[in-house]
Amino acid sequence: MSVLVYIEADNNAVKKSSLEALTYAAKMNAGDVTALVTDKAENLEELGKYGVKTVLQVNDEKLSTRPVSAIASAIAGAAQKVGANAVVMSRSSTVDAAAPRVGVKMKATVASNVVALPQNENGFVVRRGVFTGKAFADTKLEGENKILTIAKNALAVDDSLSGSATVEAFVPEFGAKDFAIKVTDVKKQEGDILLPEADLVVSAGRGMKGPENWEMIENLANKLGAATACSKPVSDMDWRPHHEHVGQTGIKVAPSLYIAIGISGAIQHLAGVNSSKTIVVINKDSEAPFFKSADYGIVGDAFDVVPKLTEALEKAGI
Amino acid sequence: MNILVCICHVPDTTTKIKFTGTELDKNGVQFIIGPYDDYALARAVELKEASKGKLTVLNVGEADTEPTIRKALAIGADNAVRINAHPKDAYFVAEQIAAYAKDKNFDMILMGREASDYNGGQVHGMVAEMLDMPCIVPCMTLEVEGNTAKMGREIEGGKEYVECEMPFVAGCQEPIAEWKIPNMRGIMMARKKPLEVIEPTSQSAPTEVMAYQLPAERGNVKMIDADNMDELVRLLKEEAKVL
Repeated sequence: MSVLVYIEADNNAVKKSSLEALTYAAKMNAGDVTALVTDKAENLEELGKYGVKTVLQVNDEKLSTRPVSAIASAIAGAAQKVGANAVVMSRSSTVDAAAPRVGVKMKATVASNVVALPQNENGFVVRRGVFTGKAFADTKLEGENKILTIAKNALAVDDSLSGSATVEAFVPEFGAKDFAIKVTDVKKQEGDILLPEADLVVSAGRGMKGPENWEMIENLANKLGAATACSKPVSDMDWRPHHEHVGQTGIKVAPSLYIAIGISGAIQHLAGVNSSKTIVVINKDSEAPFFKSADYGIVGDAFDVVPKLTEALEKAGI
Repeated sequence: MNILVCICHVPDTTTKIKFTGTELDKNGVQFIIGPYDDYALARAVELKEASKGKLTVLNVGEADTEPTIRKALAIGADNAVRINAHPKDAYFVAEQIAAYAKDKNFDMILMGREASDYNGGQVHGMVAEMLDMPCIVPCMTLEVEGNTAKMGREIEGGKEYVECEMPFVAGCQEPIAEWKIPNMRGIMMARKKPLEVIEPTSQSAPTEVMAYQLPAERGNVKMIDADNMDELVRLLKEEAKVL
């Protein structure tokens, strides 16, 4: 048995979420760990300390936009080359789209959104997040080959292993339609911290009364180095853009700190945020349901509390 | 334009999830069209109306999903297909959809980016791979010019705009279109629209849920006085260690 991990790199450095996937693969104790990288990346030998034995590096300009079908072909080809019967990947826009294709190509069983290491006592069982964070399902996977996509922050990165990885060039074979989707434009969001990747999130709801009152929310977010988010009614009323909508039908976030301001805490909103490590709720209604799901609560008017919090952070040198 | 929209039948988003053994406790649970599928359906209705095309809606489910399918017909689908089986897992569902769609000449197969119950997000990619079609997910804008589909999706760090020739598969999410609420005329017409029931073509389902767990409850909330934000900052630094 052996495990293949598809890793992504930004600005030549392997992403933290990919290091989590490497740690997951090493801790599976399922044989050698091979990493596959199709992005430009440096110092790949150092992946040895995460338990990687070999790195397969693909140098192909056509893969720079991470075209999903071609990435899926590269992953299936690499798995075949090294005889891997498990593929582990951290969730990303590419991985979420590629994993089911790899599953069909490899005749493998796919489990997405995996939050813990497998249990092997009674078959191969992984815990998946389901019902949008409202429950977990311990899911048994049949078959020889398995594909796992790992939820962000599912486990801590472990770089305590020693050794250096061998880096080899790998040239995958592509299918006739692997480049059927043409990228016509990419608009990178400048400046702001991106919500899905943010470690700190400041989120506000209808309690802010109108879009003109968001300056204090942005000031607090800037002070913290946090991303801004909002509840569904706020994006539905076009007070804030749709890509800030956090909740069951919007973006799900799992930051270290989620500060909810003027959000009552409808069950659909909670579903999108309840994986956050620490939740702070600021609401003038002491009966707001969100307080039941919070770690810290402040009953008070946002217009009064938020500037005070920004000031207190300033005073504390943050 | 000939469009297929695949919908799932899921608990309403306000549902408090409970289990009886390895089954969802359906007592008092309202079922709806999957919220992401509902966005796909809304955009499909717009494209169908603009092109005077045809819109088929498909669900893999047992007879209890028919009210959900009728709602999709009331929103604007022309005809419906129910593949008569419990949707055991993503692979099982994908095989049924691929088997149904392979000789129907659909220009596009749309569905939500994921079901809001099992959150697999796999069916679109599996169907596309089985039918050798491109697949875009999450598809957040969709326009058609001639035989070319132009789409936008969110990626890490921004937005990506892509195009491909039809046919294709897409897993949709907002803001591709706004949910449509059926009107009385739609509801009346939906009763007369054809709903074909066909049997599944294969049975393989490689995954099985052994047990469900509910997430651990958060400890009691610690209330802090609104005039003492210094204390909140201290707790976030020293107790929660998140600053």
